[in-house]
Amino acid sequence: MSVFLPEPGTRRASRNLWGLVIAAAFAWLVGYVVNGRLWDWVVFDVVGLDPESRLGEAVHFFVYDTTKILLLLSGIIFIVTVLRSFVTIERTRALLGGRREGIGNVAAAGLGVVTPFCSCSAVPAFIGFVAAGVPLGITLSFLIASPMVNEVAVILILGMFGWKVAVLYVVFGLLVAIVAGYVLGRLRLERWVEPFVFETKLRGDVIEPSTDMPWEDRFAFGWQEVKTIVGKIWPYLLVGIALGAAIHGWAPEDLFASWAGAGNPLAVPIAVLVGIPLYSSAAGVIPLVQALADKGVALGTVLAFMMAVVALSVPEMILLRRVLKPKLLATFVGVVGVGILTVGYLFNVVI
Amino acid sequence: MKIEVLGTGCKNCNALEAATSEALQQLGLDVPIDKVTDYGEIVAYGVMSTPALAIDGEIKTTGRVPSVSELTGLLSGATS
Repeated sequence: MSVFLPEPGTRRASRNLWGLVIAAAFAWLVGYVVNGRLWDWVVFDVVGLDPESRLGEAVHFFVYDTTKILLLLSGIIFIVTVLRSFVTIERTRALLGGRREGIGNVAAAGLGVVTPFCSCSAVPAFIGFVAAGVPLGITLSFLIASPMVNEVAVILILGMFGWKVAVLYVVFGLLVAIVAGYVLGRLRLERWVEPFVFETKLRGDVIEPSTDMPWEDRFAFGWQEVKTIVGKIWPYLLVGIALGAAIHGWAPEDLFASWAGAGNPLAVPIAVLVGIPLYSSAAGVIPLVQALADKGVALGTVLAFMMAVVALSVPEMILLRRVLKPKLLATFVGVVGVGILTVGYLFNVVI
Repeated sequence: MKIEVLGTGCKNCNALEAATSEALQQLGLDVPIDKVTDYGEIVAYGVMSTPALAIDGEIKTTGRVPSVSELTGLLSGATS
């Protein structure tokens, strides 16, 4: 690897880099701590809006939440990307090969969370797993967990609902992936996988150079990822938070309580059915979701809606159709949908 | 030298192709870039996260778009 040979001056450069990372971490922390007080001062004292007024409340919600979410997003995406540069999907596949169902589903769901993976790679990953002998149900556990428990979703839930809800979301999200993958595996649906998947021959192992990346490259990679993700989702985020702010400031407190509160058993299935065709990144949905929760929609209903939006999306289904026959695709959506439904009801009972 | 970009036409695959051709240009190399878009072919290489870059049939990077400078390093390493 001629590129990574240490050159004179590299040591000093890497010390500067660590310094930069530590300085950035400190600036981040200060920003996060003063965020609330800064906007209290700007919105209520400098601009002079009344904290009790609807406009004041909505404007404060908007600027405070935007700052908080952008900080959380960039900080955690950076850390997650740097950590993930130690894991590759090839390594994950090697770990899952030859696992029994059950324990294999648990491992697959866990690895689905930590493996760097973009849903645009769902098809090559599926073929690669199945062709290498990873059982179908275990492969599906991986593919369900990966988008559902993604870092952007978890960070936003953490920022909006606090850590208890975030932990419950992660636990229930993993459970859906484990149980749905296990059930799909037990159903023996291999005949509904497009035959070419089993005919694919693998030509030896891949040597993945990124596993011995120097720290400089990992940090650069992390920063790059922050810029890419934030650059991609900020418009959705702003629209989502603005909608949230409007609902927060103007909608009556119990607007949705009567028809979407915990008392209405139909609210969860409706939320899931609305969520499946709706496609949006977690970043766009969550601010809206928080506003809905504020106005009386039960939390389980809201989270079921979110899970349906991120885990079952039409574009991903269209991709997976290349490898799964329609019957298997329908069963997949059905089983995962029922799992999300159950989580919605459970959440409504627990919280 | 044989250069292949593996990917099914996602945004990053096009970015990788552009970065590779820029790296080739910087090196003054006139080598065509082959695009491998068939899922079976891609997976047969052992690649599960696209886009990937193969030089002379050997996978060099997967799942990310390397910088042009990293690519020139990889490409010049392959010619020497």
